[in-house]
Amino acid sequence: MNFEWIAKYWPLLIDGAFQTVALLVISVGFGFVLAVGLAFARVSGGPVIRNLALGYSTVFRGTPLLIQLWLLYYGVGSLLPMVPGLRQSFLWPILREGFFFAALSFTLNFAAYQSEVLRGALLSVPKGELEAGRSLGMSPFMLIRRIWLPRAIRTALPTIAGEIVLQLKATPLAFTVTVMDLYAVAFKVRQDTLLVYEPLLVVTLFYVALTALITRAFGVVEAQVPIRR
Amino acid sequence: MATGSMTAWQLLALQPPGWGGALLTGAATTVAISACAYTIGLVIGLLGALGKLSDNRPVGLILKGYTSVIRAVPELILIVGLYYAGTDGLNRLLMAFGLPPVEVNGFVAAVAVLGFVQGAYMTEVLRGAILAIPTGQLEAARAFGMSPLLRFRRVTLPALLPNALPGMANLWMSVTKDSALVAMVGYQELALTTRLAGANTKEYFLFFLAAAVLYLVITLLSNLVFHGIERRVRRGQRPAH
Repeated sequence: MNFEWIAKYWPLLIDGAFQTVALLVISVGFGFVLAVGLAFARVSGGPVIRNLALGYSTVFRGTPLLIQLWLLYYGVGSLLPMVPGLRQSFLWPILREGFFFAALSFTLNFAAYQSEVLRGALLSVPKGELEAGRSLGMSPFMLIRRIWLPRAIRTALPTIAGEIVLQLKATPLAFTVTVMDLYAVAFKVRQDTLLVYEPLLVVTLFYVALTALITRAFGVVEAQVPIRR
Repeated sequence: MATGSMTAWQLLALQPPGWGGALLTGAATTVAISACAYTIGLVIGLLGALGKLSDNRPVGLILKGYTSVIRAVPELILIVGLYYAGTDGLNRLLMAFGLPPVEVNGFVAAVAVLGFVQGAYMTEVLRGAILAIPTGQLEAARAFGMSPLLRFRRVTLPALLPNALPGMANLWMSVTKDSALVAMVGYQELALTTRLAGANTKEYFLFFLAAAVLYLVITLLSNLVFHGIERRVRRGQRPAH
């Protein structure tokens, strides 16, 4: 085991860790918002909206994330330059980057899985509580904001923590579209120094540590939830 | 290859220069890798679950380490790491015995690595399912003097299957999708074939869409099969509603 390369590569490792965390935060943040919309579409939408949401989650959960990522990056990415004026627009520097496509596909994928979790949680909220809210004259939006969604999120907390860890473990795929995330740094170290296991071991430790941190953070949040045991 | 004038149907044709045949072969390879890895996962999972539930402390600790590490590390890192570690380790072993090094078959390596990863998840699924069997049933079997093997075949297995099937179905779905990661170590299954097709023709969008459809078909068909199996193993149970 040889770890001398760390002295030279630590700035890259830090950058890679930031990229990994950025991908995770962006996809979980935006994905969660999208998932809330999808879950409500499934639970209380009309037949058309319900089936659209169902189709969305079937397609995104039924195909590998790698294929979704490559479809966006290589497929959509190769079509984008044909859109007139896009190359000159201020958006182009963002749309050119692999990071944008990685963040987008991770967000869409996370939303699909998360919407299933939230759907179950929304259905598990006792009807009486929603009826109580309605009988107090709450508008549908206020009912969702004050009772339905908070109650559902509390029920789903352990599952949400699990989904976020799964999402973290999916982020190394970004390296296949030129994002310099943590795994990509390990790959570069391997190419430069011909060391296979040491860089993988170091980045693995980071992923495991981040997993432990997420689990711990959710443990603290769960402890705040006032329930009778 | 001059493909600028080819239509989508010509590009997807079964015979070359169309890539349809190659894609279908890739899909078949994906299913084959997944099925073999899943079978290995089942065997490891069953042994692992029984080992975890036995009173043997060292075995329990080793299995706990195995399942926790495998489930905490990203699949891509596991597959790449285990692929190199596995082939490397095998050749070192051969060298120690004075044998020439071998080129490890990509299919075998892919199956071994994915199966090893599946085994960790399967261990947890089956362990939970076994724990959910009412102890009375197992005690009754023991009271009738059934041998451990007969007890497993007649009581434990039929009783654990309804509990384990949803988890097992999830794992099958995830192995069909995780098998795409084998493309990272250069084995040509559906994902890598698609990328090659895209690179050769510059029609990335079309081919990745076709691959997505193929994966979706695999998933939906598997769904049907698992629903059928679940109905069968639950035939003795009262319907929940």
